[in-house]
Amino acid sequence: MTTPLLYALAGALLCGIGLFGLLWLRHLLRKLLAFNIMGSGVFLVMVGLPQHQSGPDPVPQALVLTGIVVAIAATALAVVLIRRYYHLSGMSSLEDEPSPRGDDPE
Amino acid sequence: MTLWLMAGLLFTPLAWAVLTLLMNFTWGRLVTWVGIVVQVLVSLGLWLAVSRDGGFYYGLGGWEAPLGIELRVDGLAVTFVLLTAVVASACGWHAGVYIDADKPWHRYFWPLFWFLWSGLNAVWLGGDLFNLYVGLELISLSAVGLVALGGKAGALRASIRYLLAALLGSLAYLLGVALIYGQFGTLSIAGVVFWLEEHPVPAGSSLALALMVTGLALKTALFPLHRWLPPAHGIAKSPVSALLSALVVKASFYIAARLWLELGEPLGNLAAAQLVGLLGSAAIVWGSWLACRQLELKQVVAYSSVAQIGYLFLLFPLTYSVSESVTLQAQQGITLQVISHALAKAAMFLAAGNLILSTGSSRVDALKGVSRFLPFSLFSFGLAGVSLMSLPPSGGFAAKWLLLQASLGSGQWWWVLVLLVGGLLSAAYVFRIYRASFLESSETDHFYHPPRSLEIIPMILALLSLGLGLVSAEVLSVMALPFEEEGSP
Repeated sequence: MTTPLLYALAGALLCGIGLFGLLWLRHLLRKLLAFNIMGSGVFLVMVGLPQHQSGPDPVPQALVLTGIVVAIAATALAVVLIRRYYHLSGMSSLEDEPSPRGDDPE
Repeated sequence: MTLWLMAGLLFTPLAWAVLTLLMNFTWGRLVTWVGIVVQVLVSLGLWLAVSRDGGFYYGLGGWEAPLGIELRVDGLAVTFVLLTAVVASACGWHAGVYIDADKPWHRYFWPLFWFLWSGLNAVWLGGDLFNLYVGLELISLSAVGLVALGGKAGALRASIRYLLAALLGSLAYLLGVALIYGQFGTLSIAGVVFWLEEHPVPAGSSLALALMVTGLALKTALFPLHRWLPPAHGIAKSPVSALLSALVVKASFYIAARLWLELGEPLGNLAAAQLVGLLGSAAIVWGSWLACRQLELKQVVAYSSVAQIGYLFLLFPLTYSVSESVTLQAQQGITLQVISHALAKAAMFLAAGNLILSTGSSRVDALKGVSRFLPFSLFSFGLAGVSLMSLPPSGGFAAKWLLLQASLGSGQWWWVLVLLVGGLLSAAYVFRIYRASFLESSETDHFYHPPRSLEIIPMILALLSLGLGLVSAEVLSVMALPFEEEGSP
């Protein structure tokens, strides 16, 4: 086992943890943090998996940089929406609403 | 000439998004209408150029893949670019009249609208998997912003659900992209196909395809991952719902379809193809059934979207290990279904918006007596319904006819039953709206009359959807244009 492969495996593990959090946690901010953990896991897989004899591959590094920018934009939008939702309804999760919808994967 | 067209197509939406960000709603509307004219002309020009000379690869800014952005401009892509131009300009025109200019936060409609448009163009033309991801995220984020534009707690709730679902779908897709790059060392779909021709299929590479298709199915709202869609599409403003139902869900499906058509044979298997088809059929039946039972008008239309999306996923079983001619029929049928549903559903949501505007209530039973006062909007709604019910000569009929032939040609007769049941159920929910509107009522005979332009736009879209069946051969011939693969790595 090489070091980059270890990174990729750690990334897969992080993905699993993030997915669990995203589906299981109720508080919206926790869901958002779980999304970020999952995203970091994906990025780790992305830089860890492609291996070359001649040092690191530059392409995935460039992709991950773009991916981080996208993740920040998504997180910022989510934080704004959650904050506004909390101000308007006083609720920090999607479950306890007049129309109960059970445990949604979303 | 083509270079100028490409530059116009890609640059205009982004420039207009930034420009309208600086203005109030009224100015933004004026500037947007100029931008719409430019965008429609450019899309039309590109479509004509490609239908004359065939497709090509275009490296953005002279940078080649893998670090540059490579665009694949083929017949199918420019057809969808043109479809986007038609539907988006109709929605933009409608929104300029429909949306209340007095609320200060409504000025953000225009930048979001333009970001959405640029994201859609990026997805139709995207040549490599990662830039498709960026395009998808641009679409999702601006679509979520558009849903949240309602400003009430309900709209925010729907938009947060939508955002979480979309983000989860994107991450699943991105993980698949990471696995593909790790395994094949390339990001272009053509590159992966090329690699697979020379090497044996590596173990575990179906996992990458499965992850990508699952993520995209979540973003396309395939049953049972559809539950974020009806609240988001139902609560958004009507022009926004029209954009979301007509174009946004199609973008993620388009990527899934391209992945399946290129990589399905080597990496997929029969059970997966049949499973996706089965989920699509479940979506058709379940979505139509729920559409019949909704109390709110826009929820009916939103659940009808869930059902119509189900048809699209019949592509998976109908193109897996079947003969060339069946694959071609299925592809053509699905493409027509995408186009006709986009036009019909946009018309339906815009007409529903007019009906809600005039009755002042979003419920189906509030439509009592509206047939006398608003026949024009109701007629557009019905014409769009004809396409959804797939009666001849509509585009929906041509699409389902091709799908029917593909099912029989490949010996998979069970999809024929699904097509028939789906058609009957869609007739049921369209007629339910009609029945409500033709009931006479004594108490309410005072309806608000929306401006004439609001009524004309859905009518144009509905007529286009209806007429698509008559010109389907011409439309399909542009999509089937030969494409030179020499630019691919």
